[in-house]
Amino acid sequence: MSTWIPESASNLAASVDNITLFVTIVSVFFFVLISAVLVAFAIKYRRRSEDQETAYITSNELVEIIWTVIPSVLLMVIFAWGWIAFKELRNPPPEAVEVNVVAKQWIWQFEYFNGKKSLNELYVQHNKPVRLIMRSEDVLHSFFVPQFRVKQDILPGIYTQLWFTPTKVGTFDLLCAEYCGAGHSQMLASVKVLSPEAFTRWEKGDELGEDSVAVVSTASPAERGKDLYSQRGCLACHSVDGKKMIGPSFKNLYGATETLEDGSSVEVDENYLRESIYEPQAKMVKGYAPSMPSFKGILSEDEVTALIEYIKTLK
Amino acid sequence: MANGVMTQTPHVSFLAQKGFKSWILSTDHKRIGILYLLAISFFFAIAGITALGMRYELMTPELDFFRSTTEYNVAFTLHGSLMVFFFIVPGIAASFGNFLIPLMIGARDVAFPRINLISFWIYLVGTAILLFALLQPADTGWTFYTPYSIQTGAKVILITLGVFVLGFSSILTGMNFIVTIHKLRAPGMTWGRLPLFIWASYATAILQLLATPVVGITLLLLIAERALDIGFFDPAKGGDPILFQNFFWFYSHPAVYIMVIPAFGIISEIIPVFARKPIFGYRAIAYSSFAIAIISFFVWLHHMFVSGISETAAAIFSFLTMLVAIPTAIKVFNWVATLYKGSIQFHSAMLYSLSFIILFTVGGLTGVYLGALAVDVHLHDTYFIVAHMHYVMIGGTVMGFFGALHFWYQKWFGKVFDEVVAKVAWFLVFVGFNVTFFPQFFMGFQGMPRRYATYPAEYVSYHALSTYGSWILGVGIILMTVNLLVPLWRKEGPESPNPYGSLSLEWQVPSPPPHENFEEIPTVTDWTYSYGKK
Repeated sequence: MSTWIPESASNLAASVDNITLFVTIVSVFFFVLISAVLVAFAIKYRRRSEDQETAYITSNELVEIIWTVIPSVLLMVIFAWGWIAFKELRNPPPEAVEVNVVAKQWIWQFEYFNGKKSLNELYVQHNKPVRLIMRSEDVLHSFFVPQFRVKQDILPGIYTQLWFTPTKVGTFDLLCAEYCGAGHSQMLASVKVLSPEAFTRWEKGDELGEDSVAVVSTASPAERGKDLYSQRGCLACHSVDGKKMIGPSFKNLYGATETLEDGSSVEVDENYLRESIYEPQAKMVKGYAPSMPSFKGILSEDEVTALIEYIKTLK
Repeated sequence: MANGVMTQTPHVSFLAQKGFKSWILSTDHKRIGILYLLAISFFFAIAGITALGMRYELMTPELDFFRSTTEYNVAFTLHGSLMVFFFIVPGIAASFGNFLIPLMIGARDVAFPRINLISFWIYLVGTAILLFALLQPADTGWTFYTPYSIQTGAKVILITLGVFVLGFSSILTGMNFIVTIHKLRAPGMTWGRLPLFIWASYATAILQLLATPVVGITLLLLIAERALDIGFFDPAKGGDPILFQNFFWFYSHPAVYIMVIPAFGIISEIIPVFARKPIFGYRAIAYSSFAIAIISFFVWLHHMFVSGISETAAAIFSFLTMLVAIPTAIKVFNWVATLYKGSIQFHSAMLYSLSFIILFTVGGLTGVYLGALAVDVHLHDTYFIVAHMHYVMIGGTVMGFFGALHFWYQKWFGKVFDEVVAKVAWFLVFVGFNVTFFPQFFMGFQGMPRRYATYPAEYVSYHALSTYGSWILGVGIILMTVNLLVPLWRKEGPESPNPYGSLSLEWQVPSPPPHENFEEIPTVTDWTYSYGKK
C-alpha cells in the first residue's frame, strides 16, 4: 500500500486511484523534463564572458507543433478518463440501500430505512452499496470520506446524493469538507462498516454495534460519557477546559448557578442537564444563541445519564 | 541600438518634487504606480503575518494559539480576502502596469492620467472601508459562500462593500490601459513589436473590464440579502445557494488570470534580457495570453464539481478546463526554449524568473489533477487545493512580482540594492516556499480538509513541516524587503541607465525617468527582443 494516498476502502477507490496515478506519472514526467532542461540550459549557457555571442532564434514551427499536440492529446485522455470514472461516482446502482443524511451545524444525523437513527456514526454493511440522500438544515456542508474517495456538498433546500460500496470492515473518518462556521473542524463523524452478521445484529436493535459491546461491560458511566462527548459532537460547541465556545463550557458546570435569558436563575443539576439535552431551548442560558438541536431520539436515556456523569467529573 | 533615444540633456527625476500633496494629487503614472506599490505591499505584509499566525496554530492538532475556532476562521478570511482583493488582483497590474506601460510603448503617460488618479483614490476608499471592517471582522472565508455569509452573526456587509468599491478601481484601470495601449504607442511601435508585458497587460485589462462588474453585482446582491432580507441565495427565502457560487466564480476564475497573466508578461521581459536571446515564440506567447483570457471565462464551474451541479455541466467544464492548460503549457515551453544557446546571467531578477517557471509548472500540473473530474472529487476542499493555488499565486504571481521588483528597481527608484543579499533572500524564499507548501499536496491526498482550525492527529507531521517552512519564507521576505528599502535612504544611484543591456524603451531613459518620460517621443524601428547574432 502506498503512503501518498490513503487506503482504499470502497468500490470506487480503484478507478479514481488509477487516473490519479496516470496524472501523477504524466505530471512527474513533464516536471522532471522541464526542470532538467531548464537547469541544463542554465548551466551550459551561463554567461562566461561579457561579449559571449548568442543565437538569434525566434521560433521553430516543428518544435512548437510537437509541444502543443502532445500535451493536448494527454489532456484529452485525462479528461475522458476522469469523466468516465466520474459517471460511475455519480450513478448509484438501483439496489443500493438508502440512508437519509441530515447535516447541521455541527453534527451528522443518519436515518435508516427501518426507522433507526444514529448520530455522528453511519452504519453500513460490508460489500453492500449504499446511497445517501443528503440535506442540510442550515448552511453548506460536505460529506467526505478519504478512504472511499467520495465527496459531495450538502445544501439546504436541495437534496444531493452520493453512493459507495464499502469494501473493508472497519471504522473510517467522515469529515465535513465545506466550511460551515465555528465548529467546522469538529464536525467529524465516522463510518462503521460492519460485517453482514454484525450489521443484522445492529439492525435488530443493538444500538452500539459489535465492537462497542465490550465497552459497555467494562466502562463506567463517566467513561462512556467521555466517549459520547467526542463521538456525538458535543465537543464542537462545549469545551471541557472552561473556554467559552458556542455553548457554555462543561467545566464546573454541574452545581453552578446559571442566569437565564429572562433574568431568572437555575441551579445546574441532573434534571436541568437532561432537559437541556432533550429540549435545549427550554431554559436558555443568557448570552448564548439558540443554536443547539434537540437530541431527542438521538441520545438514549442511558447515554444522557452517562454524559451527565461525565459532566459531573469536570471540576 | 534599435530603440536608442537616450536623453542627453540634464533631466529632473519624477521623484524630485517632495511633499504629501505632490504625491496624493500627482497624475504621473510612475508616482501612482509607487502609491499602489506601497498600498499593496502594506496589505501583503498584513495578510502574510496573518498567514504566519495560522501556520503557528496548525503546528499542533489542538487549538492553542487562537482563543477560539472563530478567531482562526477570521484569520483565514482576512488572509484570503486581503491577499486576493487588496494585494494580488490590483498587484502587478496597478503597480508595474502603471509604471511600465507608458514607458514601454513610448508614451508620456497613460491615456487618462486623472482617471488614473481617481482609480487610486477609489482604491483608497475601498481600503478605508476595509480597515474599518477589520474592527468587526467577518468569518466567511474570502469566498463569502451563501447561506453561511447570510446567517453568520459576523459583519459581512462592510468587508464586501470594501471589495465592491475596490472593483471600480480595477475597472477604471483596465479601461485606461486598453485605451493607452491602443492610442499612445510611439511611431513604429506596431502590435508585432510590442513588449510581451504590454500584451499581457492588455489581456489582463480586458478581464478586469469584463469580469469585475460581475463580482460587484454579486456582492451587492449579498449585501441586499443581508440588509433588506431579499431572498436571492438563501433557500429559506426561496433563493438558490449555488447561484452565489456561479456568480462568484464567474468573476473569480477570470480573476485568477488577472492575478497571473501580468506575471507571465514580466517573465517574458526578464528572461530575454538576462539570456541575451530573443523571446522564443513571441506570437505564441502573445496569443496564448488572449486564449487564456477568453477560455478563463468558461471554466468557472470547475470550482463546483462537488457543489451539486449536473453531470453534463461538470463534463463540459472539465473539458474546457483542460483546454486552458494548453496555452499555459506552451508559455512554459517557450520560456525554457528562450534559454537555449543564450548567455545567461544569474541576476536576482533572473533567479526569481527561473524559479517562477519551475514553481508555476508545479502549480499548472497540479491543476490538471483538479480538472480531472473523478480525481477532483477526492481532492476538492482539501489541502491539495491550498497547495495548488499557492503554487500558482506565490510560485507564479509573487515570484514574478519579486522578479519585477529586482529588475526594475533601479529604473524606478534610481537606487541600487545589494545583489548578494538579494540572492540569499531569493534562496530563503524559494526553499521556504517549497517547504511550506509541498507537504500540503500530500496532506491533501491523505484527505486533510482546508479551513480546519483543529485537525485529526494523523496529519501533524505534515502540518509541522509546513509551519517550519513558513518561518523560512517569512525570514526570506523580510530580508528581501530590508534589502530593497535600505538603498532608498542612500545617496548613490546606478552608474548606467541600462546596466543589463535591455533593448526595451524604458531602459533607454535615465533612472529614475524624468516626469515626461521621453524628451522626444522615440521612433521605433525594431521589435523589443532583437538580441543575439542574426
